[in-house]
Amino acid sequence: MIFVSWVLIILMVVLAIVSIELKNLIAAVVAMGGVSLIISFLFLLLQAPDVAMAEASIGAALTTAIYIIGVRQTERSEKND
Amino acid sequence: MIKKVVYAIFGAIIVLALAMFFAAYPFGKNKMAVGEYYLNHGIEQTGAANIVTSVVLDYRGFDTLGEVSVLFGAAAGVAILFFLAKEGRREERENLTKPNFVVKVGSRIIFPFILLFGTYIFIHGHLTPGGGFQGGSIIASGFLLLYLSYPGTRVKRSGLSVLEGLAGLTFVCLGLYGLLTPESSFLYNFLPKGQLNMLVSAGILPIIYIAIGFKVASEFAGIVDDMMCQVICRGGEK
Amino acid sequence: MIYYIGSFLLIAIGLYAVVVKSNLIKILIGLNLISSGVNLLIISVGYVKNGTAPIFSKIGLKAAMMVDPIPQALTLTAIVIDASELALAVAFVVLLYRHYRTLDIKKIRSLKW
Repeated sequence: MIFVSWVLIILMVVLAIVSIELKNLIAAVVAMGGVSLIISFLFLLLQAPDVAMAEASIGAALTTAIYIIGVRQTERSEKND
Repeated sequence: MIKKVVYAIFGAIIVLALAMFFAAYPFGKNKMAVGEYYLNHGIEQTGAANIVTSVVLDYRGFDTLGEVSVLFGAAAGVAILFFLAKEGRREERENLTKPNFVVKVGSRIIFPFILLFGTYIFIHGHLTPGGGFQGGSIIASGFLLLYLSYPGTRVKRSGLSVLEGLAGLTFVCLGLYGLLTPESSFLYNFLPKGQLNMLVSAGILPIIYIAIGFKVASEFAGIVDDMMCQVICRGGEK
Repeated sequence: MIYYIGSFLLIAIGLYAVVVKSNLIKILIGLNLISSGVNLLIISVGYVKNGTAPIFSKIGLKAAMMVDPIPQALTLTAIVIDASELALAVAFVVLLYRHYRTLDIKKIRSLKW
């Protein structure tokens, strides 16, 4: 039985584990943007369109942009073990 | 190694406690207590068709004032931190990739439509899903697009700060005017409620959302401008 | 039910990143994961089976078949405050890097004495 919400939640958890284990920091924050995008769609499935619009515009767009501008001025890969 | 052991104990306690608490709230059951009252009496007490708007701005309007102040404090903090550390990384500026022709022309064409779409969302906040916060951040994303496709362009910081100050002043003065009416409570809805699903209805709710939309847009644009200027500006100062 | 389990897993993964990892950007990503998990948990508590969004856009909608509007109002405030807190935290990280030239909290802590 494949419902849309099961597939999306499993994809979201896999992306979250990937984003804290990657060594390249820019790839890690892009994966975090992917988690925000999937959560915005899950809000729409839970019948909350106001919150879905806020999470998509603030969480997925502006948060990722602020992370990338910050990471760009520091190191781009995690150097140690 | 000690950190992983600490995490294993702490994490297990927290997840088990959460699972135990939320077993008492089964998924999908109707457990509204105050929500029923707001849904049944929302239209005749506020006049807005969007019940989430009437909860955010009328029944819980003071929390929205607190949130706007937190946003203002964070934007002021970012501006102060980057004002005191004026020297940027000057060697960053030479290896920026130049955007190509399609990006430059396309972003100029699409920028007015982004502004129009964001304005539409915060004007119709009491009729359709949306509101001041969503519309303001869409406008700030439009400014981010301009920063990315024309490196070296700046917005006028003096104009943004005047707009932000006027919008915040409007919100607080509308709230203080409610103290002068016979009802005498802060943020009281003193204008007539009008007819349902019309653009001019629901008292002062559209006016407050327009003020919040301007304020959020100028604050997020100011934050993005402060952070991009550390990378891109010639000379590294404001 | 799967929504509850998904948000518990997000909170656990974010907590792992905050406690165990030693890179400053990974710690900020962990804080953001905890916030997203808590927002998902709050909204999924307010869901009513076969409900619809709480907006009276058409004539025939009744109040008895709508979902709860209060968790949505709380989550809206929480999302905006999380974004502004993140901007301030990234500004701190950039200034720390300029002073210490490293992003590793083990080295920043040991440079004190």
